[in-house]
Amino acid sequence: MIPLPLTAPPGVVTADVLASDLGCFPTLEEYVPLVSAFKDDGFEMCVDLCGVDYLEHLDRPMPDFVIPTRFEIVVNLLSLSKKQRVRIRVQAGNNDPTVDTLFDLYPGTEAMEREAFDLYGVLFNGHPDLTRILMPEDWEGHPLRKDYAVGKIPVQFKEAPGPR
Amino acid sequence: MSDPTIRVAERVELLAAETSEGAQGLQAHRVTDTDELGREVGAVLRTSGLTLDPNDVDFDRRDDETMIINMGPAHPSTHGVLRLMLELDGEFVLRTKPVIGYLHTGMEKTGEVLSYVQGGTNVTRMDYVSPISNELGYSMAVEKLLNIEVPDRAIWIRMMMAELNRVASHLVWLATNGMDLGATSMMIYGFRERELVLAFFEKTAGLRMNLNYVRPGGVAADLPDGWEDDVLVICDTIYERTFEYDELLTGQPIFRGRMIGVAPITAEEALALGVTGPLLRSTGVPWDLRRSMPYLAYDEVDFDVIVGTFGDNFDRYAIRLNEIRESVRIVRQCIEKMPSGDYRSQDPKVTPPPRARIDESMEALIHHFKLFTEGFHVPAGEVYSAIESPRGELGCYLVADGGPKPYRIHVRAPSFVNMQAVPLLMRGGSVSDAITVISSVDPIMGEVDR
Repeated sequence: MIPLPLTAPPGVVTADVLASDLGCFPTLEEYVPLVSAFKDDGFEMCVDLCGVDYLEHLDRPMPDFVIPTRFEIVVNLLSLSKKQRVRIRVQAGNNDPTVDTLFDLYPGTEAMEREAFDLYGVLFNGHPDLTRILMPEDWEGHPLRKDYAVGKIPVQFKEAPGPR
Repeated sequence: MSDPTIRVAERVELLAAETSEGAQGLQAHRVTDTDELGREVGAVLRTSGLTLDPNDVDFDRRDDETMIINMGPAHPSTHGVLRLMLELDGEFVLRTKPVIGYLHTGMEKTGEVLSYVQGGTNVTRMDYVSPISNELGYSMAVEKLLNIEVPDRAIWIRMMMAELNRVASHLVWLATNGMDLGATSMMIYGFRERELVLAFFEKTAGLRMNLNYVRPGGVAADLPDGWEDDVLVICDTIYERTFEYDELLTGQPIFRGRMIGVAPITAEEALALGVTGPLLRSTGVPWDLRRSMPYLAYDEVDFDVIVGTFGDNFDRYAIRLNEIRESVRIVRQCIEKMPSGDYRSQDPKVTPPPRARIDESMEALIHHFKLFTEGFHVPAGEVYSAIESPRGELGCYLVADGGPKPYRIHVRAPSFVNMQAVPLLMRGGSVSDAITVISSVDPIMGEVDR
C-alpha cells in the first residue's frame, strides 16, 4: 500500500485492494479533490472509469466509515512515472446517482463517463456532453442496471414458427 | 416511413430525421456554443486551458460555408461500423465526432449471465482481431480473484500465443492500412501472412478466430506435436517478409508523403486523453505494460519497446511494423525456453478432469458435472487486471459476489478510449488524410461497442 498524496483531503478512507497499490473510498465531496491530488502527485492517466450496480448486495462488506450505496463509480488511475495503480471507489447514491465529472482533470474520461451514464444512468455534474454513447438516443432505461427488464423487447427471428 | 413517391432530393429533411442520432451527433454551428466548439476541436487539451482563438475554433464560421457529412457507418475505410460526422470546409476537416454504438451487443450484460467457464467465449468476441488478448485479460482477472497459480508451461504457451496474435493483428492493420492508402497489394500480403498464424491457431485450439483457448487456470489444450517446427516456419517467413513490406511501403514516396507529418499528436495530449498502445508510444512515451508492469513471463524474455518521435502516422506505422519483428523475437525465445509440465492448473475445482478419469473415478465425474453445469465459485471481491493488447491497455474489471457468475464484468477496451483522439487528429487535415487517421488509430469496433 502506498500513502495518500499530501494534498489529498484529510480523512479519506483507504484500504488494500486486489491488484492495485491503493484503494480509496472517498465521499462525493472528497472525490474530485482526491483525484486532483493524485493527478498532481504524478498519476498522469485516468485509465478506466466504470459504474457498478450493487442492487443485490446493498449490505456488502466495506471498510469502516464507508456507507455502501447502490451505485458505485470505480476509477482506475495510472502513474507512468511511478508505475503504480490506484483504484478509487466512490459511492454514487441510491436513487438518483450523481457525481462530479473528472473531465476537467482528465479529458479522456469523457467517453467513459458517457458510457457510465448510458448504461447505469449515473449523472456527471459538469460533463460537457452527457448523451448516450452506445445505445440509441431514444432508448428508454439504462440496460446494465440490475433491475432492467431483460427480454422486454421481443426478438422476432425470421424462420421461427409463429405463435401457436 | 417516408412516401416513396417523393423523390430523394425532396425528402432530404426526412432522410436526416430518419438517420438522426439526436444529441449524439455533430450539431450545426449555430446551435453549438463556443465551449462545446472548443471542446470538439480539442482546445481543452492545451495546457493554458480552454483557449478560444477565433482561427482555432472558427466559431464565427457561418453554417452555409461548411458542410456536415457522414462517413460511415458502412464505409470500407471505417473498419467496421464506425460513423464519423465530419464538418468540412471544402476539402478540410474542421470538426469531427465519432458516433459509435452500431455494433453494441450488450456483451457486458451477457457476461453477467454466463459462468466463469463460459465467460471466455463472450470476451473473445470483443476485440475479434486479437482474441487471445481478451481471453488473457479476463482469465488473469479471474485467477487473481481465485488466487490460484498457473503452471509454468501454461504461462509460456499463453505468452507465445499472445505474441503470435499480436503479429496477426498488426498484419491485419498493415493490410487494411495499405488498402486505405491504395496500396492494394499490401492487403493481399498482409492477409496471406496472417493466414499462417491462423492456421497454427486452428491446429492448436480448433478455431481460427474467437478461440476461447486461454481459460481461467491455464489453456484449453496442449500445443500439438511438432509445434516447434510450425512456429519456427511462421517466425522465419514473417520476419523475412517484413523486409519486403519495407520495400513495398516504407521507402515508397507516395506512401511516405501520405504518412509523414500527417495527424501528429503530442505526448501531453495522448496522456490527457488516456490513449495507450502504439498511439501513445508514437509520441515518445516508452509505455508498454509488458515492460513497465510485467505479467506472465515478459520479464524473462528479451525484447525492445519501440517508440516514435513525432507522433504522426508514419511513426505509428513504423512502430507496428517493428513490433511484429519484436514479437517474432519473443516467440523464438518461447520456443527455446518452453518448459514441460502441465498446461493447466491441476486444481479440480477449476479444471475439468481428463476424459479417462471420468470413467473410473466418481469424484472426477462429480467435478466434471459441477464444472459444466454450475461452474466454479469465485470468492467475493473485485479486481482490475490489465495487459498490453496490440491496441493498448486492455483491462478487465471484475466484481465477484461468491457465486459462479461474475456480478459485473467490465472491459476497458483500448480502442474505445483511443477513439477519443480521432477528432484531435482529424482537425485541419484533408478528407483523404481522414482515412489514414482512422486507419492509424486502428479501432476494432467489436471492442469499441462491446
